[in-house]
Amino acid sequence: MEVTLKIFRFNPEVDKRWHYETYRVNAEPTDRVLDLLEYVKGYIDGTLSFRRSCAHGVCGSDAVRINGMNRLACKTLVRDLGDKITVEPIMGLKVIKDLIVDMEPFFENYKKVLPWFINNSPLPADGKERLQSPEARERFDDTTKCILCACCTTSCPSFWGSDDYLGPAALVAAHRFIFDDRDEAAAERLQIISETSGLARCHTAFNCTMACPREIQITKAIGELKLATITGRLD
Amino acid sequence: MANLHQFDVVVVGAGGAGLMAGLYASRTARTAVISKLYPTRSHTGAAQGGISAALGNLEEDRVEWHTYDSVKGSDYLGDQDAIEFMCQEAPQAILELEHMGLPFDRTPEGRISQRPFGGHTNNVTGKPVRRACHAADRTGHMILQTLYQQCLKNNVTFFDEFQVLDLLINDGKAVGVVAVSLADGELHTFHAKSIVFATGGHGRVWEITSNAYAYSGDGAAIVFRRGIPLEDMEFFQFHPTGIYKLGILITEGVRGEGGVLINGKGERFMERYAPRVKDLASRDVISRAIYLEIREGRGINGSNYVYLDVRPEVVNKYAALDGRTNPDGSPYQVTAEQLLKKLPDIIDFNRVYLGIDPMTQPMPIQPTAHYTMGGIPTNQYGEVVIDDKKTVFPGLYAAGEVACVSVHGANRLGTNSLLDLVVFGKYAGLRAAEYARGVDFTPLPSDPEGFARRQFEALRNGSGKENLTDISNRMKRVMFEDVGVFRTEEGMKRALAEVRTLKERYRQVRVSDTGKIFNTELLNAWELGNLLDVAEVITISALNRTESRGGHAREDYPNRDDANWLKHTLVWQRDGRFEIGYKPVVITRYTPKERTY
Repeated sequence: MEVTLKIFRFNPEVDKRWHYETYRVNAEPTDRVLDLLEYVKGYIDGTLSFRRSCAHGVCGSDAVRINGMNRLACKTLVRDLGDKITVEPIMGLKVIKDLIVDMEPFFENYKKVLPWFINNSPLPADGKERLQSPEARERFDDTTKCILCACCTTSCPSFWGSDDYLGPAALVAAHRFIFDDRDEAAAERLQIISETSGLARCHTAFNCTMACPREIQITKAIGELKLATITGRLD
Repeated sequence: MANLHQFDVVVVGAGGAGLMAGLYASRTARTAVISKLYPTRSHTGAAQGGISAALGNLEEDRVEWHTYDSVKGSDYLGDQDAIEFMCQEAPQAILELEHMGLPFDRTPEGRISQRPFGGHTNNVTGKPVRRACHAADRTGHMILQTLYQQCLKNNVTFFDEFQVLDLLINDGKAVGVVAVSLADGELHTFHAKSIVFATGGHGRVWEITSNAYAYSGDGAAIVFRRGIPLEDMEFFQFHPTGIYKLGILITEGVRGEGGVLINGKGERFMERYAPRVKDLASRDVISRAIYLEIREGRGINGSNYVYLDVRPEVVNKYAALDGRTNPDGSPYQVTAEQLLKKLPDIIDFNRVYLGIDPMTQPMPIQPTAHYTMGGIPTNQYGEVVIDDKKTVFPGLYAAGEVACVSVHGANRLGTNSLLDLVVFGKYAGLRAAEYARGVDFTPLPSDPEGFARRQFEALRNGSGKENLTDISNRMKRVMFEDVGVFRTEEGMKRALAEVRTLKERYRQVRVSDTGKIFNTELLNAWELGNLLDVAEVITISALNRTESRGGHAREDYPNRDDANWLKHTLVWQRDGRFEIGYKPVVITRYTPKERTY
């Protein structure tokens, strides 16, 4: 099938402002949008710039806006889009070049929630693993799936409209540790996300949940965090 | 040199091995981790099924069994001292990951859960043993996330999206690397006492591959150009179960949970090739079996793929026929709900890319290029060893997939890649830091950035007669057809000539993007140069080895030949010419014998 592919273009070394370029390419219905971007780069315009690595939805490099929705280009097939496809950078982070945005603010927000395991108690005397029941492990399973692609955070109206909102991805990271019963820093993290830059800025738009390529129930996770800050309980 | 940095230890690459090395080196030495990707994008994150250790959490298991299985899996080409070391270290390595917070799946008693995996057996009964510690089917993702998080916690210094281009050597020592910052195109020189390469493999040499775009053999190509040999490059693993045409990995964990391979006649054909462990034989054995079935016309509808079937009723049927039991002795039975919990990503891949539901339909699969067994020769401390006399190259280290210790020999067992990068990443980091403590900085060579600059200039100033993507596609096709699962002298000679032609054509490419900011076209072009160089070494090594062993299967030499070939290949580039040498395999307790499953 022939696909009309419209791509957001901006080269800071040449362009005064951004524009769109339209390309007509032949595609199989099972082609990934990433395959089309690779084709354009390989055969039509080598300057087209985007990030990618694993090409099957697990590394999180190629988050872009496809027909208005945040998606991974490698996990979105032509057959699910039709013959008119528009690809733009994710919103709310500065565009550096074409589909590449500045990810530094995103990772800075992630780091603010102490996204690492904290347990200062002595290890089990036998040196073996800390025990955890399958039920306790299940409690935070969903939020361990996050690949930090930023689809959620850059689909969030509160993130677009705020200079300091941590964003859903950082809250997902907080959830992963707060609800891990081996971790000992839940109170500290809850304090961090209770500040005005945190949970209060989530107005349950559900855009994050819709955007997540890992199908994490992000709004639900944020709801559980909100409840925990109110009740002080983690069950 | 406007951008000069000085660190005791520089780690190149931020996957599992690089992060382990960075984490450990940074405890005692000023350390920088340089990565062309954001660390969490690294390919370790794509590993699915598990990481093995003889913890014995669900049934009896022993370090010696893990060791023997790995030696056997390597088709006796692995160095037995290194394998013993890795398997001995494995339980502690897994526990250490758990202590860092890694969310392993759990047994009812709260211990780390384990599942069967190909080639891992109870050495007494010969039956599969539960040895692979897992976190759903995203074990590698969990390892990568956990290690990155620990690095953040410990304030490890990262240079994200910096592509390392060259290794600097002076006075016979490794003294630094040159990198380009992708964000602004500026060259940076990193002056260091120790350099750890942890840059991953080169599976993008082949057409059908499970590997990330980033897997372009950078580390191997960089050090090879600087006179360091590469070891056992003929040995590359083709994983039996890649998604048809796409090559996306379907974990062996699917077969661990009871999935079976079915041919076009509806037969569970692995019964004929591996009567005892059947679908859980080693990967090389199964990939060849699939090729042979297809060649005999027993692919699905006579085509070039077979089915991997994990529908609960099929799993239960064959589990009953095999007499498979749970740890408590009850018959092994699964439900779709249980499989969904254990294999969520696999099910998702099938739904997204094929539009099929593995709970109600079988998955079309074909072998896919997967893992680099060969690489930069090292000892078990990650020190790079440059000859057959255990001579260490001062200041240079390698770990993970880019390294060849050799613990995988001619064929790697599933789960041992994650174990390799955790264990040897750690020891490379420790040793690199220890070495740095005892020495002063050696001065940089003159014009350290010259070679990297000239490489880029050549790519910018070529005639432009040739297209990068054409060259890349041709290389992948030729290598998949002639230096793939099965090999012949005729095919490989054809491939070598073609690769050399492609290297000539590569001189005629011109990068059209003249900018400095995120010039990914220039980067891709440079990476293709690495792939071509690596493809040539692979083919030379494979042509030279006139036997079949593990992942290197020659139709013209179908048998293993221990009398002549129980030795490692080393290839050097000297004055533009290739030299081939050998070094002995370390044998400790396990005498080579015929390998059956």
